[in-house]
Formats: sequence, C-alpha cells, structure tokens
Amino acid sequence: MGQIRLDGIVKSYGKEVVVKNLDLTVQPGEFLTILGPSGCGKTTTLRMIAGLEEPDQGNIQLGERVVFSRADGVVIPPEARRLGLIFQSYALWPHMTVAKNITLALKEQNISKADIARRLENALEMVQLTGYAGRYPSELSGGQQQRVAVARLIALRPSILLMDEPLSNLDAKLRTEMRASLKRLHRDLEATTVYVTHDQIEALTLSDRVIIMNDGRIMQEGSPYDIYHHPANIFVAEFIGDPGINLFNGTIANGVLDCGAVSIPLPDAIARHGGDLIAGIRPEKMHVSETAKDGWLKARTEILQPTGANTIVEVKVGDTPITLMQPGFMTLPAGTELWLQFDPESLSFFDTDTQENLRNKVG
Amino acid sequence: MAMADSGKPAFWSLQNISYQAYRLKNRPELIIGLLALGFLSFVVLVPLLQIIKDAFTFQSYDLAYNPDGVVGEFTLFHLDRVFNQPISAALFYKPLVNSLKMGFFVTVIALTVGFSLAWLMVRTNVHFKGVFGAMLVFPYMMPSWVMAIAWLSLFKNDRVGGSEGLLTYWTGTQAPDWVAYGLFPIVITLALHYYAYAYLLISGALATVDSELEEAGATSGMGKWKRIRVITMPLLMPAIGSAIVLTFIRILGTFGTPALLGLPVRFFTFSTQIYASINARNQGDAFVLALVLIVLAISFIWINSRIIGVRKSYVTMTGKGFRKHESDLGKLRWPATVFVILFLCMTVALPLILLLWESLTLIPGDYSLSNLTTYFWVGQGNVNLAYGEPGVIHNKGIMGALINSIKLGFAAALFNGVLGLLVGYAVVRGRGKRLSQWLEAIAFAPYIFPSIALGAIYIGMFSTSIGPVPALYGTFTILILITVIKNLPFTSRTGIAAILQIHQSLEEAARVQGIGWFRRMFRIIIPLSMSGVVAGMLLTFITAMRELSLIILLISPGNMVLTGLIFGYQEQDMAQHSSAVTLMLVLIIIIISVIVRVMSRSAGVGRLNTT
Repeated sequence: MGQIRLDGIVKSYGKEVVVKNLDLTVQPGEFLTILGPSGCGKTTTLRMIAGLEEPDQGNIQLGERVVFSRADGVVIPPEARRLGLIFQSYALWPHMTVAKNITLALKEQNISKADIARRLENALEMVQLTGYAGRYPSELSGGQQQRVAVARLIALRPSILLMDEPLSNLDAKLRTEMRASLKRLHRDLEATTVYVTHDQIEALTLSDRVIIMNDGRIMQEGSPYDIYHHPANIFVAEFIGDPGINLFNGTIANGVLDCGAVSIPLPDAIARHGGDLIAGIRPEKMHVSETAKDGWLKARTEILQPTGANTIVEVKVGDTPITLMQPGFMTLPAGTELWLQFDPESLSFFDTDTQENLRNKVG
Repeated sequence: MAMADSGKPAFWSLQNISYQAYRLKNRPELIIGLLALGFLSFVVLVPLLQIIKDAFTFQSYDLAYNPDGVVGEFTLFHLDRVFNQPISAALFYKPLVNSLKMGFFVTVIALTVGFSLAWLMVRTNVHFKGVFGAMLVFPYMMPSWVMAIAWLSLFKNDRVGGSEGLLTYWTGTQAPDWVAYGLFPIVITLALHYYAYAYLLISGALATVDSELEEAGATSGMGKWKRIRVITMPLLMPAIGSAIVLTFIRILGTFGTPALLGLPVRFFTFSTQIYASINARNQGDAFVLALVLIVLAISFIWINSRIIGVRKSYVTMTGKGFRKHESDLGKLRWPATVFVILFLCMTVALPLILLLWESLTLIPGDYSLSNLTTYFWVGQGNVNLAYGEPGVIHNKGIMGALINSIKLGFAAALFNGVLGLLVGYAVVRGRGKRLSQWLEAIAFAPYIFPSIALGAIYIGMFSTSIGPVPALYGTFTILILITVIKNLPFTSRTGIAAILQIHQSLEEAARVQGIGWFRRMFRIIIPLSMSGVVAGMLLTFITAMRELSLIILLISPGNMVLTGLIFGYQEQDMAQHSSAVTLMLVLIIIIISVIVRVMSRSAGVGRLNTT
C-alpha cells in the first residue's frame, strides 16, 4: 500500500523559493488535503509527488520505492510512478471518445482486451456514465467531464491518488455533489490521497488530515477539527473559517486582556504570560443576548447578512467591531442593542510577536 | 535509505552525473531542443561564419588578380574591390542605388494598394467580399515573376531581338525601353505582387481592431478622421511596420523580376549582381554583397522595432474576425466594387490570359487567331521550332523538372512540418528556459537572410565537404535543405502556435498514466496539432514550388526544377515554353491553395473544445 513520504523538499523557480524544506508523510489509505492561498506552493508540491516537477533538493518515497532523491541521483519519471492524478482542467483528450480516454493507458499495460472492456464498463458504472462511452468530451457537461476524469482513474486502479483543485471549475451546486462522489472514490479505491485546494470547505469536509501551507512552508497539520478549533497561529486562524475569526490586540492587566472597549477574561496560565497578546474567537462562539445581562458587553448592530440557516451580524462594542454568527434568519434593524459574552473555552490566544498560539504551548 | 543531509552532491560525482542523465531522459523537450539547436546552428550560423571568413581571406579564384596572394590568408581584397575601386561603381554602388530605389517605390505602391484594399474589404460594405477575399491573395500564391513574364508578352520591344509583344502586334509601335525594361516595369510588376503581403497583414490587423474602441472615441466627441488618426492608425502601426519591413527585405532578395526585366538593359540590383558575380566566378564579390544585403535587412528590422517600440510581436495573419462596424459607401459602393474587379482583372486574369495566349502562338509575336496552335503543349518536337524542343507533355526536361519540383515541395513540406512541430514542442514545453529562447531565435534567423543571400551562403558552405557532410553543391539535397531552412521561421511559428493550443495538462495526464513519449506524440500531440501543421505544410509546398530567388544559384541540369527551367527558357527567348510551363506551375499552385483554404476552413469550424 502506498505511503507517501517527502523529506527536506526544496523547490525554486529562478530566485524565488516556492517550497522551503518540506517534510510530509501521508499514511496508507489516508485522505490528506493541502490547503493554502494561491502561490503557497501546494500545487508545486503535488506536481513534485507526481514527478511533473523536479525538486532542487530532498527525497520523495512512494510506498517502498524512492522515486526521487537528489543526493542519491534518483529520478523516476511520472510515467513510471504508477499514480493517479486529477487535473483542475480534467485534461480529457478532446479528440478521443470517453471510452478511448479511459482505455488509452490500459492498452499500454499487459491487460487482456476482455479485462479492459470490463474495467471500462465498471468505471463508467461507478461514475454513472454508462452509455456515454461513444461521446466526445465536448459533448458532455462540465460535471460529466469531471466524472470521466474520475472514471479514467478508477479504471487504472492506482494506489496513490492526487487531485489538483478538481472542483474549482464546477458551479456551487455541482461542487457539493462531486465532493461526495470524490469521497466515495477514495473509499472505494482505498487509495492514499493527496488533495490540493484553496477552498477550506472542501478541506474540512473531505479530509482525514489537513495541511495548511503558506509561502512554501507548512503552517499547521492536523485533523479538520483541530485546524478549526486550535489554530496553531494567526495565519491559520484567519485563513480558516468564514466569516473570519475575531482578533483582539490587547495588554494583560489584572488578569484580563485590556483591548480598549473590550476586556477579555484570561485563564490563569495565559494571564501569567504578561505583556501583549492577541485573543481570537470565532463568530459563532460568542454568547449573545437580546436582553440586557449583568457584566455582559453592550453592542450595537451595524449590518446583518442572513444566509438562510444562519445570520452574520456585524456589531460594534464602542469602536471595536465584532462579527457574530447566529443561528436562524434574523431581521433586526441596524442600531439594535445586543449583549455579548466571551466563552472562555472557545478563546484562542496568540503571541503578538511570534503569532503562535499560546494555549497549544501551555497545554 | 532516506538521507538526513539532502544537500547537492559535487558536480562531477557519479551520483550527480547519473542524476543529470536521468533528468535529461525524462525531459524529451530538452533532448529535442538540444538536437534542433545543434542542427540549426550548423545550417544557419556555420554558413554565415563561413562566408564572412571567405569574404576576408584569399580564395583560389582570386589568384588571377593577385598572383602573390596566399589562399586562406587574411585580406581586405574583396572589400576593396566592392567598395573602393573603379569597378565598385558597377559592382556595388549602382546596384545599391537601384535596389534601394526599387525597394522604396515598390514598398510605397504595394503598401498604398494593400492598405486601401484592406480598408475596403474590412471596413466598408463593398460587394462580393467572399470572392474578392479569395482572389486578392492570389498573387501571394504565385511566383513573383509571373507578372514580369506577362509584362514582356505585352510590352517586349526589339531591344533584345526575337519576337515583340502584343502592343507592337496591335499598334505597330514599339514600347519605349523605359516601359519595356528597367526600373519602371520592375516596380510596377513587383508592386502588383507584393501588395498582397501588405493586404494580408493589414486586413488581419484591421479585423482585430475592435470597433468598440472607435465607438468609445466617438462617444467622447472625436470626429471620424480624428478617430482614424488617434485610435485606429496607432493600433495598426505594428502591422504596417512589419508589412514595410517584410516587403522591403523580400524585394532586396528577389531575383526573378529584376533579372527578367532588368538584365536586358543592364539594370543591376543586388540580387542580379550577386548572380552575375557568381557566374563570373568572383564569389568573393558575391559574398561581400550578400553580407551587405544581410546587414541592410537586419538594419531595417532593427529600425522598425525601434520605431514601433516594444510591441514587436507581428500581427497574426489569421486573426479571428468578429462582427464589426462597416461604413456604408453609399453612392460609391458600386464604383468601389468595379475598381476592385478591374484591379483583379489586371493582377490575376490578365497575366494568366497572356500566359495562355503566348503558349498557344506558333510564331512568337504573331497574336492572330490563325497563328494559334497547341504545338507547345502536345507537339513532338520539330527542328524548325524553338530549337526542336518538344511540347510540354512530351518534353523529358519539363517532366523531369516537374517531378523534381513536386519532390522538392513534398520533401520541404514534410521536413518543415516535422521540424516545425518539434521546434514548437521544444520551445513551448521549455518556456522560460534559455534553451527555448535560443531555439526560437535561431529558428527565426533565416528570416533576416534575403533569399539570394542565403543561396550565396549555401554555395560558400556546401561546395566542399564539411566533416561527415559531403559536398552538396549541385545535388537535390541542397535544394531541400535551403528551402526547409528558409521556410523555418514560418513553420516554427505554426508549430509553436499549434503546441500552444494544446494545454500542457493533456500531455501530463498521459504521462502520469504511464504513457511514454512516442505514444504521447502520436496519440495526443500530433492528432491535436494536425490541422494547423498540415495547413502550414501545404503552404510550404506552394512556397517551395514557386521559389526561384532562393535556389537560382544552386540549380544545375542535375537538379533542375520548374522555376529554374522557366528562367532558362525566358533567357533563351523561348516565350511559348516559358509561358506554358509557368501556366502549369500556376495551375498546380491554385489546386493546392484551394485545398489549403478548404482545410483551414474545416479546421476552423471543427475546432475541438479542450476545456
């Protein structure tokens, strides 16, 4: 089975270093997502695993096989790495029928004709495209083209699956459907999967484990739950979550974080830290009351954005803006008074200088 | 196994060498690029260096003038002869002035005509656009000297002896020398050929100027002429600039027309002087003249790029049109249409009719109906007529040359197609690398060699064997080689464009699925780039068939082609034969160009959706 291991990978284009000393291990059968803003090096990393780009330094191991080692002088070309890759553009060959697209690579291997036909049928069935074998890609919708690309992989049965933003060309509704079918594909093939995206919803919904990259480095790796609830640093905290996390710059004084109009209660371990801090809380974690409560912060609503199931509420406490997310479809007029309370359990604290999460360190 | 220190091993270490070898093996575009670069350096740069060397050293043929000279020793003798001796006036200065005059007048007329026609066709509602569009580019497909042969049929006088032209037959008067020969007819006939380049480039550019840009000008209160001056013309400048340069360089290198219409009155241009010098065994003079010609061509390209500025990309000839505003000509609509029809009669119909008529006259110069004969097409040969030379279909020389021409066309098209595709592949897939830039530059280099100069270069290079390459002078191979090289700027561009439209991921998807390079080429790259490459190959076929200036210095009885044969007949004043063979050549070219049009149209409609 396919474990993927990257050691000390460095890659640069000219003077610009796009991947900086990356170490990464993907366990057999795991679904790992590399998430990050565009230009963070995630696609380059994926292409290096596939062999389409060459690292400047480091080693790459697929299963038991070293496929790249700068030090040992090993470069296995992509055609010999035996893995599956789904491209953002699907990369279907426009001059071949669906059947040809799926079977071209199979004919390269020593597979009997009957077996190829069986695999083709099976793959089409799995993506619900039975009967489309004779069509050309240009005669299919975007979603169907995507499914042909998936079927092409299914037929090859790779033990390692790489996906490069496979859903970004689809419209929102199809994307939700395809997400489910990609998850099914991963389960059915039992393949080790590396999925690259800039879409956090895809990362959170699909993955066993998420790696957040920025500027060629790993910012955090962990389960979707950890990434969301325990961001390792301010970059991750801000990158994950929509609407974004509320951050407060303040100074520790008398056991609380003094941020001007807002003061935030601190656990003892944090309070001992002393000096300046940044506190963060997700919009849906704030306690909100429409009636006055003692010791709660008084806020005024500014803008409401009901999204159906939830409502995003922007309020101000004094001059400090805070974003809230409340369940239900709210229709309060602007300027309505609300009372807020921080949930101590949901707060994250970051060092102002290093931007690292203090709580993760403290334990 | 995985090493803790992943630093780079020393350059000469075994690991590093095997690593670099592996890398190279995994990068077919690198291997192709290196091979192509090596080959092109050999056939483009080496010859250039060779004639520079020959121009500055004593050659054995110089010993007649310089008994003391040592062959191979450095000398300024050739330069001195060309620039600084009494003979220089005839050898260099007169041809220079003549070439520049010819270039200037032809360019001005061709550009004016081409621009006017482009404007009429793209921007007005002139009638019969479809037919006109096909007919206007017709001269572009023809050899440039067809018009000169037709001109002689009309205006030939008794200056060189032999028969006289249609004008004399009808009116009984002789055309004056300045009408029959020299600068005037050369300029007129070349302009009526080269307007097509300007027309193609400018109409292509006009079609991509979005009317919305002009409408934006109109809404901000600009008048019609101001819009043209401030908006349209600046957008057309790159196309006009390259039309000027293209026309000028081609005219400097053109041989057929100045030879046919200039030599009888000893009107020499650079190209005919190079030809004369080579024939007189003064190759050194020819090399110096060829170098001057190349320097001139490079200067024009440089000046053009300086004036036009950074937008040095040449406008594509097949700009995809979109719906645009056509101004209503009103009362002038029919007069404009009639003007185009008359123009086409003059440039397309008249020359062909004259050629046909000439080929059917028994006694040259007698254009009466009773003198018509099919002898020069189907005759068996008669000692009293045209030195006993048989008619076209029984003529071994003509049929041999026809087969050679077709062979040359096929070979050039095939090699150009393959080379263009490979260069395109290496350039596009290696984008951003230095190798890719070098390759693109060197594939474009033959563009700066005027045809006749490239021919002179090849004489210099391939008259003796170079290493494993045998002497190629007088062989058929050298004709193929020079044609392929001269067409390379065009075909490599076609190849680059064809590969560019195949998204990289289409090939990468195949790579990852374990499909090797050859299978990728044959199953994916070639099928997807076929339509563009084949259209380019057919155009190369036409170019190769009609070429004279490029190969005139290299042909001999052993590798004779149709164009060379026609020139020979014309020199021997065998007007019927030359007309008949020219007509045959024109017919072949028409058939192929119809195929090209049909093919590129169906390729345009059936463009596959790749996203």
